[in-house]
Amino acid sequence: MAFSFSPQELVAIGLSLKVALWAVVASTPVGVLVALLLARCEFWGKSLVNGLVHLPLILPPVVTGYVLLLLFGRRGPLGELLESGLGIVFAFRWTGAALAAAVMGFPFLVRAVRLSIEAVDRRLESAAGTLGARPVWVFLTVTLPLSLPGLLAGMTLMFGKALGEFGATITFVSNIPGETQTLPTAIYAFTQVPGGDEAALRLVLVSVAISLAALMLSELFARHVARRVMVS
Amino acid sequence: MTLEVDVALSRPSFELAASFRTGPGVTALFGRSGSGKTTLVNMVAGLVRPDRGRILVDGRALFDSAARIDLPSHRRRVGYVFQESRLFPHLTVRQNLLYGSWFRGQSFRLGSIDQIVELLGIGDLLMRRPASLSGGEKQRVSIGRAVLSDPAMLLMDEPLASLDEARKGEILPYLERLRDELDLPILYVSHSVPEVVRLATTMIVLSAGKVLANGPVEEVMGRPELFPAAGRYEAGSVLDARVVAHDAEFGLTELETAGGVLRVPRLDNAVGSRLRVLIRARDVMIATERPHQISALNILAGRIVALQDDGRPIGEATIAVGEGAIRARITRRSMSQLGLAPGREVFAVVKTVAIDHKSFGQYPERSGREREEI
Repeated sequence: MAFSFSPQELVAIGLSLKVALWAVVASTPVGVLVALLLARCEFWGKSLVNGLVHLPLILPPVVTGYVLLLLFGRRGPLGELLESGLGIVFAFRWTGAALAAAVMGFPFLVRAVRLSIEAVDRRLESAAGTLGARPVWVFLTVTLPLSLPGLLAGMTLMFGKALGEFGATITFVSNIPGETQTLPTAIYAFTQVPGGDEAALRLVLVSVAISLAALMLSELFARHVARRVMVS
Repeated sequence: MTLEVDVALSRPSFELAASFRTGPGVTALFGRSGSGKTTLVNMVAGLVRPDRGRILVDGRALFDSAARIDLPSHRRRVGYVFQESRLFPHLTVRQNLLYGSWFRGQSFRLGSIDQIVELLGIGDLLMRRPASLSGGEKQRVSIGRAVLSDPAMLLMDEPLASLDEARKGEILPYLERLRDELDLPILYVSHSVPEVVRLATTMIVLSAGKVLANGPVEEVMGRPELFPAAGRYEAGSVLDARVVAHDAEFGLTELETAGGVLRVPRLDNAVGSRLRVLIRARDVMIATERPHQISALNILAGRIVALQDDGRPIGEATIAVGEGAIRARITRRSMSQLGLAPGREVFAVVKTVAIDHKSFGQYPERSGREREEI
């Protein structure tokens, strides 16, 4: 088996990385906020928010993809608004693949961050308050640094999930080579045509390699951070 | 500086209604656990919200339910030294010390970082992280961190409680220096009589959420009826004393007190200097005749003014000696055998050995309450 990639495979690898990275980067601030809300605030409808965040975990991915299509498609209410307002189009673009990956990976991110925020000793936060730090600074200088290992773990998990996202992606933005064809949809496509086995296998190996590398990198980071914030 | 507190809090299992006013120097908030000491300092710090009342520092309202004022803790300028230090584990000692200045600027009214570091003896720790510090070191860093946040007053919630005796002895001198060298009023929560005697000038006794007494330490400690509430073991009387002579040959120091001359183990204080001495009630014996041929060096003649006998095997006698009073814990059996009764002339016997370095309270050299000369 010759280990040289066809242009289509290379594009799928590059696009997958781009989609997963964007999904993680764009969701992280929102994810941290939602996690903070769930970890530290009591409000009416909290269990509803919690349910909505975790819904993509339970729903068949094809349902999530279809809902995205209804909402963010060219004629969907949000899709129309975003296109006329900000010029952002999701339908059948790589941005849509990133959105689908973000929605599917979001519960993993929020869950990890929420757990690590809940593990931060609140007494340290009140100590920071008595030293003059307003709540937003308490969060940035105490809570966030102390929950960094969890945040990194959450981002890695989400990256992995985003890389492997299939059902919602193919439903929402289809499987267009060069635009929305990521690793999993490319592998699926190659397995559907005669003689595509070799290409599929190559991409499977690439998938395994990227996922493994991400996991190891995150482990390394987390260990480094944990050493620094070792609880006294 | 004055701190005025008048607050009420009602919880299903706990009622607190406390009102007191206190000035500069160290004010001890004294009481057994569950009496509301920590709740009260948490209210001053803004960590617990009273149901109603007022908390004023120098007339500035930190909390006033009538005027709907409730400053968040980051705007109260009240430094807080917690029992469990609460240092930030992800920051170095130096960053911990500077944390307050990130938000309140580097004016350091109470002294530069170098001065505070030197005062607390933590210069060698600056680059380390809290996890690698001993309990005593953590507590000193935590004190420095609070002082460097430019507070108008300092709250200390049993800062020595989590330390063993040796570590306590290591920190107490630093607390004394802090009290004597900085112009910073301190509200000091404690349930240890020796700590209170050593550090505080004013004392507030708290029991079941109520203020039982508030006044100078000697005065409050002289009221035996307060102390069943505060825990008996270390109860005693505090006498105001002046160093009159040192006995180099035997390594003793003579103190003049309101109750007469007291011989104690050698002190470093100069002749003429003033201090407070705690005589624990369990270290005092009573004799009905002046004992002869006895090793105890302190025999003070006095008269019984009060006898506390609640039917338990051990009771307490208060003996007026000179201008002062000494309390003695004795068995009910001794009371009955010696025929003790109020009015009876007796001798209070105190072993010199029973008084150690923890029994003394030094007066601050400059801050603290004004006192008339003897």
